[in-house]
Amino acid sequence: MGETAARNWATDYELLDPSYVEDPWSVWDELRSTCPVAHTDRHDGSWMPTRYDDLVAIAQDVETFTSRSVAVMPPVPGSPVIRLPPIDSDPPEHHGARRLILPAFSPRRVRERDEPFARKLAAELIDGFIADGRVDAAVQYAQQIPPRVIAHMLGVPDDMSDTFVDWVRGILELGYEDADLRIRCRDATLEYFVELVGSRVENPGDDVVSELLAAEIDGRSVTPEDVIHTCVLLLIAGIDTTWSSIGSAIWHLAQHPGDRRRLVAEPELVPVAVEELLRAYSPVTMARIVSEPTVFRGCPMDAGDRVIMNFPAGNRDPEVFDDADKVIIDRAQNRHMAFGVGIHRCAGSNQARLEMRVAIEEWLARIPEFELEDPSAVTWAAGQVRGPRVLPVVF
Amino acid sequence: MQIRVDPDKCQGHNRCYMLAPELFDVDDYGYASHIGDGDVPGELEDKARLTRDNCPEHAITVVD
Repeated sequence: MGETAARNWATDYELLDPSYVEDPWSVWDELRSTCPVAHTDRHDGSWMPTRYDDLVAIAQDVETFTSRSVAVMPPVPGSPVIRLPPIDSDPPEHHGARRLILPAFSPRRVRERDEPFARKLAAELIDGFIADGRVDAAVQYAQQIPPRVIAHMLGVPDDMSDTFVDWVRGILELGYEDADLRIRCRDATLEYFVELVGSRVENPGDDVVSELLAAEIDGRSVTPEDVIHTCVLLLIAGIDTTWSSIGSAIWHLAQHPGDRRRLVAEPELVPVAVEELLRAYSPVTMARIVSEPTVFRGCPMDAGDRVIMNFPAGNRDPEVFDDADKVIIDRAQNRHMAFGVGIHRCAGSNQARLEMRVAIEEWLARIPEFELEDPSAVTWAAGQVRGPRVLPVVF
Repeated sequence: MQIRVDPDKCQGHNRCYMLAPELFDVDDYGYASHIGDGDVPGELEDKARLTRDNCPEHAITVVD
């Protein structure tokens, strides 16, 4: 990785640089005050805003900054593109695709369908390791929750969860440096959902796949192809994102006994703490593609240029958040953009924060005191999604 | 005190509904609106200001 170490963050940033993966915060602070829209020629070139207000302005200007490609790294050459509306679409197509998925993720639906399941799942996972006095909280806890919640929602067997994790990591994380793996995992995901949706067309059940198949968008019946793409999106967008935010929350609480003990004493504070942990350790960075030549904050952008939507950096902007680099577990004013802003606000945000809340509540109820076994053993995923991948804790 | 949600700005983050379900409801798509005529009882005024200060889209207006 030595050759990827960037020398000048303003003109040559590298999101996969190990020092950035370890500590992105000092880089953002430097960029915000010296070069708030950075540029790099790496990975086919991109721009990277780090100020909150600039990120909002770009997210709101969907005509200039389109969502036709939202990956932070350019597609693997020669690999087939899989459309994933609404996340990779613009108005007017975006509207209908978003209306299709939103009802499955309304706060009420998520609470009724997912909370009892997630709570039982978290308790069972803890049962499995609590006697050991130690656990890899990333692998044995955080990673286990989102794929099972999604499998439950789609009405597919729980034993698909590990396969889902492998596919999503292959597409989003490990696939950065292994194009074949990325293509293989993407094809496997697509094939799986072609078959699943086909079987639900024949035999509808009480699950979200069947519900989507029965839906209409603006008076038009939904096609099996629409639903296949929606399912792939639910998987890609819903697994390592939430897994990362649960892991980061546990990583923080392991090292901050004051925050941990306060949440144990005042469990009603957990929903507020979830928002603050989402702000401070936002897992997701997206991208936009410039549609026509434009000048943004003095930067000449060409049509086709990629813009890295560094929402995590915006969430640490001291112009917007007091003590931005400090986790204030009961922060009252918190307009964080962990789920983005504007028309592409994460459609699954209610499910994600529910999983986080339940994961933290169940953990603290059973394991109120814990710490990192070895801070140097913690590893982080980088790029589109940042979160712990190895997180040994002892209790 | 009165609250209003600007439907053109609301993107369905549901932060207001999570903080103050006494004041806001959301439709099947997650978009928010005020309950009733938008009057805020005295004991909920702090909560109303809190929802305004947590809306990422600046969609909530509080009028004293």
